Amino acid sequence: MSSSVETRTPRGAGPAEKPQRRLQPRTVLKIVLLALVALIFVSPLIFMIVTSFKTRSEATAIPPSWIPNPFSLDAYKEILAPGTNTPVLRWFANSMLAAIIHSALVVVTASLAAYPLARMNFRGKKIVFAVIVATLLVPPVILVIPNYLLVSELGWLNSLIAIIVPTAASAFGVFFMRQFFISLPDDLEEAARIDGANRFQMFTRIILPLAKPAMATLALLAFLGNWNDFLWPVYVLFTPEVQTLPPGLSTLQSANAVRYDLLMAGAVIASLPVLALFVFLQRFIIEGVSRSGVKG
Amino acid sequence: MTTLREREGGAPARKGAPRPSGTASPSREIRKQAAATPWLFLAPYLVLFIAFVLVPIVFGAWISLHTWDYTRPLKPFVGLENYAELFRSGSGQFTNFWGSVRATGIFTLFSVPLLLTIPLAVALLMAKKFPGRNFFRAIYFAPYVLGVAVVAVMWRYLLDNNIGLVNYYLGLIGLPDDIAWTTSTPAAWVALVGVTVWWTLGFNAVIYLAGLQDIPSELYEAARMDGASPWQQFVNVTLPGLRPVLSFVTLTTLIASVNMFGQSYLITQGGPGRETRTAIYQIADTGLRNFQMGSAAAMSYVLTLFLICLSLVVFWLFRERKDAR
Repeated sequence: MSSSVETRTPRGAGPAEKPQRRLQPRTVLKIVLLALVALIFVSPLIFMIVTSFKTRSEATAIPPSWIPNPFSLDAYKEILAPGTNTPVLRWFANSMLAAIIHSALVVVTASLAAYPLARMNFRGKKIVFAVIVATLLVPPVILVIPNYLLVSELGWLNSLIAIIVPTAASAFGVFFMRQFFISLPDDLEEAARIDGANRFQMFTRIILPLAKPAMATLALLAFLGNWNDFLWPVYVLFTPEVQTLPPGLSTLQSANAVRYDLLMAGAVIASLPVLALFVFLQRFIIEGVSRSGVKG
Repeated sequence: MTTLREREGGAPARKGAPRPSGTASPSREIRKQAAATPWLFLAPYLVLFIAFVLVPIVFGAWISLHTWDYTRPLKPFVGLENYAELFRSGSGQFTNFWGSVRATGIFTLFSVPLLLTIPLAVALLMAKKFPGRNFFRAIYFAPYVLGVAVVAVMWRYLLDNNIGLVNYYLGLIGLPDDIAWTTSTPAAWVALVGVTVWWTLGFNAVIYLAGLQDIPSELYEAARMDGASPWQQFVNVTLPGLRPVLSFVTLTTLIASVNMFGQSYLITQGGPGRETRTAIYQIADTGLRNFQMGSAAAMSYVLTLFLICLSLVVFWLFRERKDAR
């Protein structure tokens, strides 16, 4: 609201007073309360980061300290050192590679599949879409045993491709992109048709440029999902060099049960990229998630 | 551009150009294409979908009818024996499987109600605009972007019996400071449920928040005019307005809880004994550690059947109330 409006209506005068910019005491109280709860809420994360900069002995000291003294990089030096059984740097690279390729695969296949389901008429369309959506309700556990055998048959066991490809058939992705394509105006492709473009050209030249935000959101969600996936990688990647960070952390935990300085350093490294993505692209992630809920 | 024009020719373009007002919309024309076109778009996805979703669903059922040890050459057909074993008290799989189903049941029973109510409270607090709202929304959502491995490894430290932060602060405020959060029940359940609520409440809160913003404010104004108290407004405007969102949140939370695995695997290792070993944990271990894949596949089908029944109940519950209105 512009300030000129406020100056024109004297404070407290007239029944037509517009919603005040000034904060009511109740709102202030609410903000203070929310801030306090929020501080407690994130304190575990802060403590994780703080501990990763402690020495081995300070990490298990009582009372716990919130400021590392001395500030130490020992934990990072130790887990990032080459030649250990817990190659954290290698896990990081594996996780990054897998998540990027996986996410690209999801976005490309889901966008391509969603386009005809949203904007073409053809026989079998309803059935295909219904079957895809129905699998959203199938618990992933049912796929674990058969996919393990499939992956082993393909020679993919204990290699990164096992966590990149089989999980890329994202029913959510198709659903998500279809919702977006449907929301675009009906006659969008008309101009291109007059120019004589074929369907694929309409898709790449008209629809895709408009779909960039939706694709970015899906890419983000797919990246996060793959980066964080735990059960499947734990069972299909067994040697340290091919593991990703989540199963790696599990290995790190069983190798160093009470070396909390190391474990927290590992956990910080595993959360760094996702927290960074979240800080910068928070709006995309949250809106992507809430959109999926309201429409779903 | 030239190749583009050459290939399709001018005919279809001219056909679409003059359109009688009010009749066939241009989209009708645009939606006609060669029969193969949509399938070409669908092909890459369908290849993955058929290979790694549809075929495995059927293949899994086939496996469950065999004694399928991945490491042995012979996989004898045993009919429904794997299923029968799960329902024969005294068999080895019986105790393990139902013990794990019980663990999943306990976890679900306590986590779902908390994950339906606490996020709703958070969302209601943040429904109205105020300075810093987006910041708080982000804070509450933040843990959700972390993986279960990070969350579990971190909480196992905080919940450490001797040097953990949780016991230390409990001691400071005069409560018992020696609770074995990871190695004794019921403390382990409190820990697993608590960690899960902390981890995922932001997800549900964000969905609730979006749902709350879709409720027209005129409804609240009308209710206020009728003299409805805040509680009455909540019951008569908010809850009915949230119905579709509520059913989505209930369903996804239920499915997520029944699928709980990582927390138990990393925080309690299924202990003490096998008490917090969940159904997913049991299935994965039976199939992929002990390679009794026939048995594990049978378990996964029984669990899925359970889950489908539960989902139907949720659908039915939310539909029923809609009719009554």
